[in-house]
Amino acid sequence: RGKPPARGERLAGCLAAMAALCVEELLARAEQREAEPHRSVAVQKELELEFDLGNLLALDRNPPRAAGAQRESRLRSLARDNTQLLVAQLWGLPAGRAEGATGPLVAQLPEPFYRLPREKPLPRPRPPTRWEQFARLKGIRRRKRTSLVWDEAAKQWRRRWGYARAGGDPARDWLIEVPAGADPNEDQFAKRLRDKREKVARNEFNRLRNIARGALPGRGLHPTGHQSRAELGRATQVARVSTASLGRFQPRLPKEPAAPPPRGGKKRRFEPLLGDLAAERSRQLELLRGLGSKKPPLDLTRAVNKQLREEDAQAAKGKGKKRGQRGKRGRQRPGGGKGKKGGARRQQQRPAGRKRS
Amino acid sequence: MRPLTEEETRALFEKLAKYIGENIQLLVDRPDGSYCFRLHKDRVYYVSERILKVATSIPGDKLVALGTCFGKFTKTQKFRLHVTALDYLAPYAKYKVWVKPGAEQSFLYGNHVLKSGLGRITENTAQYQGVVVYSMADVPLGFGVAAKSTQDCRKVDPMAIVVFHQADVGEYVRHEETLT
Repeated sequence: RGKPPARGERLAGCLAAMAALCVEELLARAEQREAEPHRSVAVQKELELEFDLGNLLALDRNPPRAAGAQRESRLRSLARDNTQLLVAQLWGLPAGRAEGATGPLVAQLPEPFYRLPREKPLPRPRPPTRWEQFARLKGIRRRKRTSLVWDEAAKQWRRRWGYARAGGDPARDWLIEVPAGADPNEDQFAKRLRDKREKVARNEFNRLRNIARGALPGRGLHPTGHQSRAELGRATQVARVSTASLGRFQPRLPKEPAAPPPRGGKKRRFEPLLGDLAAERSRQLELLRGLGSKKPPLDLTRAVNKQLREEDAQAAKGKGKKRGQRGKRGRQRPGGGKGKKGGARRQQQRPAGRKRS
Repeated sequence: MRPLTEEETRALFEKLAKYIGENIQLLVDRPDGSYCFRLHKDRVYYVSERILKVATSIPGDKLVALGTCFGKFTKTQKFRLHVTALDYLAPYAKYKVWVKPGAEQSFLYGNHVLKSGLGRITENTAQYQGVVVYSMADVPLGFGVAAKSTQDCRKVDPMAIVVFHQADVGEYVRHEETLT
């Protein structure tokens, strides 16, 4: 060995040595990793844990040995062991596939053993409506009524109220007897109409009053049923968030706009006014390139029109030549017939092309 | 005053591309100076860097305009091109329309260009393509949208509209208050 190894060879030698070391390290690490899962599936406990799988609960009554300097790591390993046992129990449950044969594997949890307390207080009972108050006062109870009534005059079962009711529609009477104590000059038809309107208005007033008191079932909603756009938006938002995951996995409605990107409550931020102009320019050029690339390189309509134009020009040239040969003076413009036919053809082509472009 | 956001830049370029196509990069990247677009009170201004630096010393509410106003963003964030951009559209226009001397005055008053006033039109102009309107002496008069493609222009009757008016230089007099 006369010459010392050249620089390149020395470098290669160093790299080879390093690579060998690295390979050994990697192998050691891989072995360690392989051993780990086998080691940690089996967990030893003095007292068996109690499980309430319906609530995904595992109760460990072993006294904890988490004290001293390594408290954190001991607690962490305790948590890991207990979770391991719980998951092992879950794997023992009967399972099925959600959403068909290729869906995710889902365990069927049993009924929960512990009943969790309410988070919020019970809802208050609703106040009674005006009619309910009156009925309670008078002792009126609800009678079950039949929907059809026997109409003697028509000899048919007719409905109690509504279209073609038993007893005839009072609004369609062609004759109204003037009652005994009434003014003979009063218009009874108008009076009937007025009375009906007043009754309806009074009923509506009472209904709205009941809603205002919160006595009706739909008491969170707007009384006339017509909610403003803002109210509907708020209601949708509340509905979206009222799920167990607080709306995180809630799909959007068909025409609902996508969620606004969470900005963390900060103000809108813009680029600085006199920032890097060169960078701004390059960004704009990138944008331009992106815009330009979207246009299809071949515009079908224009290609077709161009072809038709060329055909027309050829035809016109040929026609002109022939006419010249026959001896006709003056150059005939090919506008008339050819142009019209070409136009008709083009008309057919263009609507399809326009839709595409 | 602030630079344009991504969406605003896209809207601006899409509008400009209708008239000058890919020549926008000649506006963005100029050999004779550094020019940029800035937004001030919903209007887009095309301004050189030197002027921009000077304009930063003017308070925002007192600043009326700077550079050249290209147009403005409407309340619904759509970009509307003004006639003040004509100086930058005319040299780079892809599709041009020349108007006869008789119909010039009508166009400058805000009317559309009829077939009877049409002098020349660039070959293979598509329908609804953005066009710049010139007089027969090659003076830019304004810009608009082609109502008919070049083919159709040949066949249509003389009273039909061939170019929809969008902006003309007469607006400098008519809309003096609103242009900046």
